[in-house]
Amino acid sequence: MIKIEDLHKSFNGVPVLKGVSLEVEKGELLALIGRSGYGKSVLLKHVAGLLRPDRGRILVDDQDMCRLRGRDLLRVRNRLGFLFQSGALFDSMTIFDNVAFPLREKTKLSEQEIREKVIVDLEQVGLAGAEDKYPSQISGGMVKRASLARALVEEPEIMLIDEPTTGLDPLTGHTILNLIDTCHKRLGFSGIVVTHEVPKIFEIVNKVVMLHEGRVIFAGTPEEILSSQDEAVQTFVAAGSEWLTHDAACYPPMLERRKKNIHAL
Amino acid sequence: MRETKFSAKEEHLEFVSKIGKGAVRQILKMGRMGIFLAKSVSCCASPPIKVPLILKQIQFIGYQSLLVIFLTGAFTGMVLGYQGFNTLSRFGSDAFLGPMVGLALIKEMGPVISALMVTGRAGSSITAEIGIMRISEQIDALQLMGLNPYRYLVAPNFIAALISVPLLTAIFDVVGIFGGYLIGVKLLGVSSGVYFGEMMSYVEMEDVLEGLFKSLNFGLIIAWVCCFKGYYTGYYTGFGAEGVSTATTQAVVLSSVLILVWDYFLTSTQLFV
Repeated sequence: MIKIEDLHKSFNGVPVLKGVSLEVEKGELLALIGRSGYGKSVLLKHVAGLLRPDRGRILVDDQDMCRLRGRDLLRVRNRLGFLFQSGALFDSMTIFDNVAFPLREKTKLSEQEIREKVIVDLEQVGLAGAEDKYPSQISGGMVKRASLARALVEEPEIMLIDEPTTGLDPLTGHTILNLIDTCHKRLGFSGIVVTHEVPKIFEIVNKVVMLHEGRVIFAGTPEEILSSQDEAVQTFVAAGSEWLTHDAACYPPMLERRKKNIHAL
Repeated sequence: MRETKFSAKEEHLEFVSKIGKGAVRQILKMGRMGIFLAKSVSCCASPPIKVPLILKQIQFIGYQSLLVIFLTGAFTGMVLGYQGFNTLSRFGSDAFLGPMVGLALIKEMGPVISALMVTGRAGSSITAEIGIMRISEQIDALQLMGLNPYRYLVAPNFIAALISVPLLTAIFDVVGIFGGYLIGVKLLGVSSGVYFGEMMSYVEMEDVLEGLFKSLNFGLIIAWVCCFKGYYTGYYTGFGAEGVSTATTQAVVLSSVLILVWDYFLTSTQLFV
């Protein structure tokens, strides 16, 4: 569904992405991990068409995002949902109006139908009762949940999620990841999640790609990354894990949780 | 010796290169402003038009600027009354105070001062609002919803400015004329009938239309520059709060200068065509 081929990007002569290639199949959720400043969010913005690469291709259902303009680009974006790191809620609108906005502007649903759908969506992300609040009146975790509700309100086929847990306490971060997992199972979207939430993210994704100094140094399943012998991979994963060992046998509790539906901590 | 000559030549080339790069950057910026204007006008002229947003901006740019227009119009007219009487009475022509105040306000001071007031009050606010939306990725969010940010952020401001600025100019003119009346007639003793009678003899519809045309141009400049600066916050300014602050300052300064420069060209065209 999403295919990135040999992507290169520099800013002011400084190379950020140095030939990144990866693939996301239909219905698959991919975790994009790596140290800060190594181009993960930049890569995500390329897939959304917000940035254009210096070299390489980004194919979304065989359509080259780099060549799309105008209505063609809008058509692809209509199938996309994007969760920004900051939330990017419209700060002059209430939470309800934020989530209802795409439905009001792009669908022919009546106000009553929109109201019913938005209330249900807000309940599913745990924001029942917060509809009339403004983004500045709610916590960081609530902003992320409202942004997730807005991104999912049109039931997109592709979700791009940029650091959904950054700046949140561990408990709230895990709640957000569980929400993403629940929504993924319910809606079946394909997606890329940029995150530092290692190893929790391995419980909910199908594939993991690790960027290091602008290049992909690992692409595989969560089980494979936990038993990877690459030093950079081991250092990164161990830094986020309570186990300082590269023996995959030490992660059974985590791998077991991958097989179950998790809805609450 | 040869090495020194070669280094000096390189330094000269480096200097010329910097001038060239700076010139190219400015031309690229002007080109981007031109494309921005074209896209904005195209969104204003094609559906869907966001009428509620336009009405909201008319309320913000027009209605909320009334007080400042009243005050500046009144005092501008009063100063014109004083200075006009002082100057004309030296030539025994104080009877022409009415046309002098009327023509000065309708053709020149009304459009220019109104536009400058709107720039400072509403233009800066428009730049700041759109700039904050840019740095907080709200504009990116609009784009990624498959919506055109120009229709929501730029076109309503363009249409609202084109409607509001001429109306505010008209109010400025009327209030200014009565300010001149207050000083000229009530304070300095010019006959009321002479003040308005001579004004009606010398102020023609052509003069009113010239002032109106100027105010339309200035409304376009205010919307164009202020929306552009806000929309491209971060591209030509720093990021964050400082970037928004810089963009706002640049918007007000550039709008004000363009209004005065364009006023010169319009005036010279109107007087000699």
